[in-house]
Amino acid sequence: MYTFSSRLKTTAIAFMIIGALGIAYGFITAPSTIEELKEQMLHAEDGHGAATATHSTVAEGHDTDAGHANKEHTKEALHTTNGDAHGSEEAHGVSEAEHMQHSLDQAKNRPWAAIYIAMLFFLLLSVCAFVYYCIQRASTAGWSPVLFRVMEGVSAYIVPGSIIVLVFLIASSAGHANHMFAWMYTSVDPTAANYDYAMETKGWWLNIPFWLIRAVIYVLIWIGFQHFIIKNSRLQDEASDLKPYKRNFTLSVVFLVVFLVTELFMAFDWLMAIDHHWFSQLYSFYVFASMFVSGITVITFVTIYLRAKGFLPNVNDYHIHDLGKYMFAFSIFWTYLFFAQFMLQWYANIPEETAYFYPRLIGNYQPLFIGMIVMNFAFPILVLMNSDYKKVPWFVVIAGLVILAGHYLDLFLLVSPGTVGNNWHFGLPEIGGILFFAGLFIYVVFNALTKAPLHPKGNPLIKESEIFHH
Amino acid sequence: MSSKVIHALYDDDDVLLKAVKEVKAAHHHIEEIYTPFPVHGLDKAMGLEPTRLGITAFMYGLTGLGFAVWFLNFIMIQDWPQNIGGKPSFSFAENMPAFVPVMFEMTVFFAAHLMVITFYMRSKIWPFREAENPDPRTTDDHFLMEVAVEGDEDKIASLLKGTGAVEINVKEKH
Repeated sequence: MYTFSSRLKTTAIAFMIIGALGIAYGFITAPSTIEELKEQMLHAEDGHGAATATHSTVAEGHDTDAGHANKEHTKEALHTTNGDAHGSEEAHGVSEAEHMQHSLDQAKNRPWAAIYIAMLFFLLLSVCAFVYYCIQRASTAGWSPVLFRVMEGVSAYIVPGSIIVLVFLIASSAGHANHMFAWMYTSVDPTAANYDYAMETKGWWLNIPFWLIRAVIYVLIWIGFQHFIIKNSRLQDEASDLKPYKRNFTLSVVFLVVFLVTELFMAFDWLMAIDHHWFSQLYSFYVFASMFVSGITVITFVTIYLRAKGFLPNVNDYHIHDLGKYMFAFSIFWTYLFFAQFMLQWYANIPEETAYFYPRLIGNYQPLFIGMIVMNFAFPILVLMNSDYKKVPWFVVIAGLVILAGHYLDLFLLVSPGTVGNNWHFGLPEIGGILFFAGLFIYVVFNALTKAPLHPKGNPLIKESEIFHH
Repeated sequence: MSSKVIHALYDDDDVLLKAVKEVKAAHHHIEEIYTPFPVHGLDKAMGLEPTRLGITAFMYGLTGLGFAVWFLNFIMIQDWPQNIGGKPSFSFAENMPAFVPVMFEMTVFFAAHLMVITFYMRSKIWPFREAENPDPRTTDDHFLMEVAVEGDEDKIASLLKGTGAVEINVKEKH
């Protein structure tokens, strides 16, 4: 039995406290009126001088990195009216007051976006770790049963994680706490100021009650399957026959099908709807690939940690090697989906499609966008290619850290351009969000790991897994 | 100089694997093993060095990638600049996404074909070459282990018999 070491528990709680402070700082410093926003902009302009003088109507807040900001100005100068990812039609002929109101909404969104990215990141990677676990069960894989309890532990975060996300979604929609989902503030009345042509056809799907009901359904399905599959897994330890194991096989197969459907619409609802004029059918699988490789990476981390502490005597280098192979393979899978989505829209050059890629590829997010591709593709493919390196735990950990950071950045790029807009920062609110949810994740996962023996002795394939080698 | 070898035939890959370990433990030299299909773990049991074919594949892939970059830059940018989806021409970097599929395919093409050719050359397989296979049954359902005879021939034969060989032949090797 694993016992949650007090040092790790303290670390997790410290993360949560520091993270909560960072989040609180983000909410306190977010401007609440246009005057405050102007004050902050003025403050920021002092920081980087003449470059912004030509550019007074665009809200600028880069007080940390002047060189980076200057580079953006030259690009923005080409593009002063379209500094908006919510939609191109509202960008034409906006008045100063409307623009300021919009900039204010974006600045107010920033702390919300910061926590939303972090909470989704940890929830989705936990769900995807569970999907990985179900794939092992559905394929009756012989190599992995010694890692099953680790995967079950990682999937324990689904319950608190999805409750937090649900609360966030309710606050954003019914509570009007932020302007992250622009479609909630549109109208189908052609005479209204906030008229949006897209909502005439998308309104039946994107309306707050249906949207929230769907969110609850997704989450209930995930939690339900997680609960019953893990219950059966525990039952198998003491069972005299293979009934729970066989039930889990069926449940896993059903879950994989149901998950892909729920994930498909989840990604549309929670992420793609942020840019509700834009659409891509590949999007959900792209998000899945991103979170799947993150989930496998976290499973690897927890495995390596527990093995180093001596709690997983049956895990050998070949198991780490195989997890490394999955990290490598799904990094490439992610790249494939990323490129398949990107290249077609880039090539076709249809305005309503490229509006999505404009801020990311050419606009203010360019460094993050390029950096993300390097971290998620070039780095893993080169570093994890050699089979000997994949057997060295510290090496896999370093590669995994870059992969995790890269996929956090990926999620940041899915959310931020449509919510925070051009004036993105990476500061205390974002770091606070990551730390808080990382702390909560560590606490929940390692707490769940203490609940059952780490060796699933009842699994019929456990012997094959123990003697696994290449 | 000719030397004697013993050909021991097995009819099961697990028995063969166990036999290899026993023969190695008795310090006899295994010249070669002929099998109808790749036997998992046999190379390790025989103590063969790991293959370097993977390293050559990586280098061939890089060659293919490099060739594709040069090739596309020459035909699409320098020699006859083409309008790609209305993107600025005359720049490889700005048109690069359109070239990725070709770069990918060329990498795979070079790596795959050159790797196969390397494998043939390394294994000394070329057209009209006579098969070295000492017993045609090894292409069907038998496994053949060729052990060099050093010292007592009968002792090795009985050792091999003991490991589960179904047939033992002593041959002169040229």
